[in-house]
Amino acid sequence: MQLALVIGDIVVTRKDETLTGLKLLVVQPLTPDRQPAGRPLVAADAVGAGVGEHVFFVRGKEASFPFYPVEPPVDAGIVGIVDHWDVE
Amino acid sequence: MQLARVVGTLVATQKHRKFEGAKLLLVQPLNVDDTPRGAALLAVDGVGAGVHEKVLIVLEGRAASEALGRKGAPVDAAVIGIVDHVDIDVTL
Repeated sequence: MQLALVIGDIVVTRKDETLTGLKLLVVQPLTPDRQPAGRPLVAADAVGAGVGEHVFFVRGKEASFPFYPVEPPVDAGIVGIVDHWDVE
Repeated sequence: MQLARVVGTLVATQKHRKFEGAKLLLVQPLNVDDTPRGAALLAVDGVGAGVHEKVLIVLEGRAASEALGRKGAPVDAAVIGIVDHVDIDVTL
């Protein structure tokens, strides 16, 4: 999983039907010291996240697991909203 | 599997239900000479690891969910061992 900041949302009208009802958010991956890590990407939201929140997301097939038994064709999914993190 | 160093901890109240009770660690993957390799990432803790410890991580969903003991969990990384020591034969 990776830390990220939600920087936007996306509306997609014409899409794979299994994506119906899914919220799609644009996330900027972050390093633990809050610097951007790589390019932003689109992730399906499984926890009710919103723009401006710090989240963590999962990559790969597992991104579709929260929507089981529906299996939307997503490769990134937000699975938690971060309260805080500590780096030593 | 990869070697990594635990560099931090993370708290999230609102999360997918399969994460309930799971400990999340920030880990920095390492090269065999202990230099950082790539970006730090989040892994669920399957072994009771702590900050500063060198650990063994899996970066694959099925293995990670088994380490967590919860099939179908939306995870892609887990700590599966605490490393005592690594011996590399530098002549090879």
